[in-house]
Amino acid sequence: MGTLLLYKTILASAILVMSLVVAMYSTLIERKVAGFFQDRLGPNRAGPWGMFQPLADGIKLFFKEEFMPNTADKFLYILGPSLTMLIACLTSAVIPWGPDIIINGQPFSLQMADVNIGILYIFAIVSIGVYGIMIGGWASNNKYALLGAIRASSQMISYELAMSLSIIAIVMMTGSLSMRDIVEQQQGFNWNIWYQPLAFLIFLICAFAETNRSPFDLPECETELVGGYHTEYSSMKLGFYLFSEYINMFISGAVMATLFFGGYHFPFIDRLGLSPNAFAFVSFLVLFAKITFFGFIFMWVRWTLPRFRYDQLMRLGWKALIPLAILNVLITGVVILLNK
Amino acid sequence: MTGLTKRSKVVSNRKMSFWEKIYLPAILNGMWITAGHLFTKKVTIRYPEVKREFSEIYRGKHVLKRDDEGRERCTACGLCAVACPAEAIIMIAAERKPGEEHLYREEKYASTYEIDMLRCIFCGLCEEACPKEAIFLTKEIVRADYKRDKFIYGKDVLVEPMDPAKRIDVSKRQTPEVLEFKKDKDQKHNVQ
Amino acid sequence: MFSNYIFYFLSALALYSGVMMLLSKKPIHSVLYLTLTFFAIGGQYILLNAQFLAIVHIIVYAGAIMVLFLFTVMLLNLNKDDRSPKPIWVKAAAIIAGVMLGMVLIGVFRGYDLHLVQHPMESQIGLVKELGKVLYRDYMLPFEVSSILFLTAMVGAVLLGKKEQI
Repeated sequence: MGTLLLYKTILASAILVMSLVVAMYSTLIERKVAGFFQDRLGPNRAGPWGMFQPLADGIKLFFKEEFMPNTADKFLYILGPSLTMLIACLTSAVIPWGPDIIINGQPFSLQMADVNIGILYIFAIVSIGVYGIMIGGWASNNKYALLGAIRASSQMISYELAMSLSIIAIVMMTGSLSMRDIVEQQQGFNWNIWYQPLAFLIFLICAFAETNRSPFDLPECETELVGGYHTEYSSMKLGFYLFSEYINMFISGAVMATLFFGGYHFPFIDRLGLSPNAFAFVSFLVLFAKITFFGFIFMWVRWTLPRFRYDQLMRLGWKALIPLAILNVLITGVVILLNK
Repeated sequence: MTGLTKRSKVVSNRKMSFWEKIYLPAILNGMWITAGHLFTKKVTIRYPEVKREFSEIYRGKHVLKRDDEGRERCTACGLCAVACPAEAIIMIAAERKPGEEHLYREEKYASTYEIDMLRCIFCGLCEEACPKEAIFLTKEIVRADYKRDKFIYGKDVLVEPMDPAKRIDVSKRQTPEVLEFKKDKDQKHNVQ
Repeated sequence: MFSNYIFYFLSALALYSGVMMLLSKKPIHSVLYLTLTFFAIGGQYILLNAQFLAIVHIIVYAGAIMVLFLFTVMLLNLNKDDRSPKPIWVKAAAIIAGVMLGMVLIGVFRGYDLHLVQHPMESQIGLVKELGKVLYRDYMLPFEVSSILFLTAMVGAVLLGKKEQI
């Protein structure tokens, strides 16, 4: 019991640190990728290839002036970014990062909590993710921030539905709500994407909307709303908002890899004849590579597509994605029944 | 009907077909285009380490040349000031005293010669107007500064140094007419 | 036992935020306190080994209903204190109703045999598999009827939302 508790503590800290570091370097990679897409070089002054740019940005954010509007709701103004950051870090608990590792002959799981409702847990986190933005935007007492918050919440509520419906097809195929079961069913090259391409497409589009990334970055669209919901924020509070976007990106990449791309599985990886711990490590690297790929897709889309108009966003969500997701559930049900 | 440019398009309110309506092919096409840009040559130049190559006849900061014996060539005729479209050049002429022959080539010289670098448009007309091959524009860039009066360059900045090793090469700027003029053996010219 | 402390903490939190929901001046604060109450109750569900119920509780109440509440309150700008004092008979009626509800609750729990739920962690009814079996076997008809009820409500909302005459 004691060792398990110790192990879980270490694992939790490791995952937390990993998501923070990944988010830090995502900001650098985002800027690099943006540069490359625009025939530029991107940041390359701080350290080799700009390796220390995130550190410089972090230090800059910490030393900026802590600004609070006169008319803001003081407590909620601070609660907003904190809540966003907290919720962004919560999701990683149910993602299986790799197969079991063996320490002193005992197997230890690389998943924080193998709850039997892992997918529902992710839904819950996604559905309360909007609170941070709403609270922050409202507490700023600024019309742009409020408009941004309202846009964010209506957008996230709308796309949550399609997202959940698209995963229901996966749940129907697997017959389990546990993330680990879903991953274990996708051994080798038996990935869910081959059976559920439509569900994946819907999930991908919804993930863009849920993380407030371009082309759905209306809550912070600078051409209309100054800075959107974080107009009044400065210093590290702003940093939290920006940072949580990258953590969300990382986590949604992990969820997509787990649900549709076989998680840590890769064809022929079990034929390498590795020891269990090395096998776990390689599997983790495979998962990480998949997540990196999704992160790249997020950035690729951001620097390719223009922003949607608000009515287009709502039409796409309600009139295209939700009916498609329901259709997908229906087709999956029929196919499962016929194969019985 | 031909448009004014090759890129003009006729607006049509045609209904989009199904494939156009779902946008996905267009999106993939766009992503293919941006992906191509990942591998193109970057246009950025890493400035302090790599400098963009200037043209041989780049028109930058001016220089007042000396001749082979180190004497100032300018005779304060004022043609450059007349030619200047921005009226950036001011000069005051003075007479050469006995014993100053090693400093000034002609009997008359410019005691002050100022160019206001904020007015100057670097057109090079002063250089064209000069009958004595005294003023040239160089590849050097006029530095930024904090105060406006720092931009009025006097003779201390403009005249090239005495030391032959530090002379400024302007041979690339000399036009065929100048080169023809140089063949005149009666006048002494810079070798450069 | 460790879970006992969690239970007391969550109960205190639920009670405190419930009271604060009533007492706070700003409507937004009330909404947020109510959300906190729902989270505390969700935590209680987990202590009872009803993970499915806990998560669904959070998704439905905190994630959907309260977000819509927050949304509406933000749009309505209810910050101005325009609550007029209620007439005396309304207050009296509220007090009587509250006291009666309290008495009913006390009566219910006095007659309840606490030994039945001695070991909540052994109960499996809150898990998704057991709940699914109960819902789709024993209560199939009521479940489907209630879904039709939801559909009716949705159609009604759409009809109300339409401005033009039908």
